Amino acid sequence: MTLSRKLFASLSTVAIASTITACGGSDSSTNFDDSVTVGILHSLSGTMAISESTLVDTEKMAIEEINKSGGVTVDGKSYQIKYIVEDGASDWPTFAEKSKKLIDQDKVPVVFGGWTSASRKAMLPVYESKDAFLYYPIQYEAQECSNNIFYTGATPNQQSEPATEFMYKRSPAAGKPFALVGSDYVFPRTSNTITKEQVKSLGGKVVYEDYLPLGNTEVAPIISKIKRALPDGGTIINTLNGDQNVAFFKQIQDAGITPSNGYYVMSYSIAEEEISTIGPEFLEGHYGAWNYMMSIDTPASKKFAKNFKKRWGSDRVVADPQESAYNMVYLWKKAVEKAGTFEDNAVRKALVGITFDAPQGPVTVMPNHHLSQTVRIGEITSDGNFKILEETDGPVLPQAWNQFEPSSKGYACDWTNPRKGERYKL
Amino acid sequence: MELILESLFNSVAIGSVLLVAALGLAIVFGLMGVINLAHGELMMVGAYSTYVTQLIFKLPILKPFYDIYVLIAIIIAFIVSGTVGILLERTVIRRLYGSPLETLLATWGVSLILQQFVRSVPLAYATGCVITIFISLLFSTVIPQNLLQGNRRKLIKTGALGTSAAAGVLTASALASLVSKLSRASSRNVDVTAPPWMRGGVDVLGMTFPKTRLLIIVITIISVVAVSIFLNKSVWGVRIRAVTQNRDMSECLGISTESVDVITFGIGSGLAGVAGVAVSLLGSVGPNVGGNYIVGCFMVVVLGGVGNLLGTVIASFSIGLMTDLIGAGRLLTIWPNMPQPLASTVDFFSTTSMARVMIFALIVGFLQYRPAGLFPQKGRMVES
Repeated sequence: MTLSRKLFASLSTVAIASTITACGGSDSSTNFDDSVTVGILHSLSGTMAISESTLVDTEKMAIEEINKSGGVTVDGKSYQIKYIVEDGASDWPTFAEKSKKLIDQDKVPVVFGGWTSASRKAMLPVYESKDAFLYYPIQYEAQECSNNIFYTGATPNQQSEPATEFMYKRSPAAGKPFALVGSDYVFPRTSNTITKEQVKSLGGKVVYEDYLPLGNTEVAPIISKIKRALPDGGTIINTLNGDQNVAFFKQIQDAGITPSNGYYVMSYSIAEEEISTIGPEFLEGHYGAWNYMMSIDTPASKKFAKNFKKRWGSDRVVADPQESAYNMVYLWKKAVEKAGTFEDNAVRKALVGITFDAPQGPVTVMPNHHLSQTVRIGEITSDGNFKILEETDGPVLPQAWNQFEPSSKGYACDWTNPRKGERYKL
Repeated sequence: MELILESLFNSVAIGSVLLVAALGLAIVFGLMGVINLAHGELMMVGAYSTYVTQLIFKLPILKPFYDIYVLIAIIIAFIVSGTVGILLERTVIRRLYGSPLETLLATWGVSLILQQFVRSVPLAYATGCVITIFISLLFSTVIPQNLLQGNRRKLIKTGALGTSAAAGVLTASALASLVSKLSRASSRNVDVTAPPWMRGGVDVLGMTFPKTRLLIIVITIISVVAVSIFLNKSVWGVRIRAVTQNRDMSECLGISTESVDVITFGIGSGLAGVAGVAVSLLGSVGPNVGGNYIVGCFMVVVLGGVGNLLGTVIASFSIGLMTDLIGAGRLLTIWPNMPQPLASTVDFFSTTSMARVMIFALIVGFLQYRPAGLFPQKGRMVES
């Protein structure tokens, strides 16, 4: 009897404690003058939950770090950051609906959220009509520049373009033809349009292009076409989605499409997290391009990885999307402190020009609401990391409008100048 | 020559994946008339049991046998999926015979439950659950009826249930403590890796045949042969076919239709588990793995003609052949100087997405002329 009562008591204590931490999400060791509540909006259920939950973990960690070091100081008052986590449920209209809820009902000054381009496109009209502010952390196809979104992921000229150039000029497959393989949705198709234009201007040839319908894992026809199109090896640009990568890499290895036979795959959506799921034995010797890689040998990068493992478990890894999510929380804090208020328009003005010493190195907010970032090309090693082969000398400026794609060539975006705005001719 | 050989191998490879996945459904849907939308999830259960087997065989004590774990996984997957299938039949489907729409909705619900189950229950405990169910099912068939009389009945039943529950709990806690990967719930996709000797390809006549594909073809052939022998030669096979043709008459002749239902559904589900092993060798294992195949399975069974094993076999290989011919742009290689408009059409359809569209269109077209598939069922059931 007493035992069960004790058990019940301890269980309820645990339950209450976890509820409190879930709502408050912060420690109370420091005294704050006030608090501010921000919104976090990612998919916690559905197909995207696997990827997006890692961002929620990272954002929570960044907020906890800020609170531990005294919170946000605005106008001489210290504010503790609290957060509300909403579930986008891998469903794009839900993202828009939850955004409305966070802005209207919870009155948050900022929302950190999104992963897929589809979810961002669904949220964009909400933030524009309410003049609210969304921070979006994923590398994406660009061709968009909103006054109400702040993009901390890479644009194509900060990921795919340097990667294509590397493959054509300096990789073991240099000068050989390209094959493009992707999942059948907006990001791979847009990204490959840019790659095709770029390969043409480099003087190379794209000999094969194919898209696998989402959910389809039968890659036998693609393999025989790759072999026919690239009989002497070459570069395969891979923009497949999630678990289709597993099927692709397993089956190409069995069919002899391997680095030792002269075939090199450059992937744009395989980071440390995905390497551990697919299995490094299938990926060894292939390439990836990111702004942040866990193997970056700087104190800032090591500290980021160490803190994340300490907070969420030693088997966890950090990857580029998480680093972007981490950066955006700090950039918001800096902007608020610079503006001296949480008010949207003032923060937006203050944001441009802010520099942060991110785990990848310094990043700066540019007038087009994107970040200047360092680009790195890595070779996947047998222990599931990237061996960094090359990195740009410094941060690369972001291009919201792509300069290889004919429809956007010669355009740029600048929100600091009201006459230029979303799209103006250079 | 090389071209024909490569094309043939690809067609057989694609077709055999379809066939092994559809074989169980051909029995459940074809012979029993149950529209089982949870068939894909039974495949998923088989795929996950392969993953669990793989991890168990990585333990130091079983390490020497790691090389053959896939073969053992096939048997285990058959038993595990079969057990889950029998539970599903006993609890849900049995109450819904004769009402296809309700069965469809109920099994769809079950498929969602199973998907969420593997997301939120650690695999060690899931294994424990399966073992509990398996042992209690075993008890219910092994304990002779004459023991189950009077006061002893309750005692024995409780004892059996207790034993199986204890076995389940023991396995679950043992697995959870031995293999840390199984002790936590995760919605992340997991990876089944073939043992080293099964990776890579065999080089014959200047071509590479992937070993995993060869293994899947062998698994498929064995499954088809075993099923056809079982259905045509064994006593239970005869009973199953009798019940398929006329349930009431079979019952009058003393066939326990209830047992026939359980066995048929169990075998169909077990075959789904075998398909799960095959699929796990090709891609990754995740909660959605079954959903990707379910449409293809129904397509094969409908195209082949419901209730006809030969039809299922021919349908899957013809879909495999078409996928290869259209999707890989084979026609252009066979006939290089095709007239221009035709050549550009063929080229247009030679991407994976468009090939799928084309194949679906062809099947829809075909079913307009032969609504009952390649080999329509003849007999009483059709008339009724």
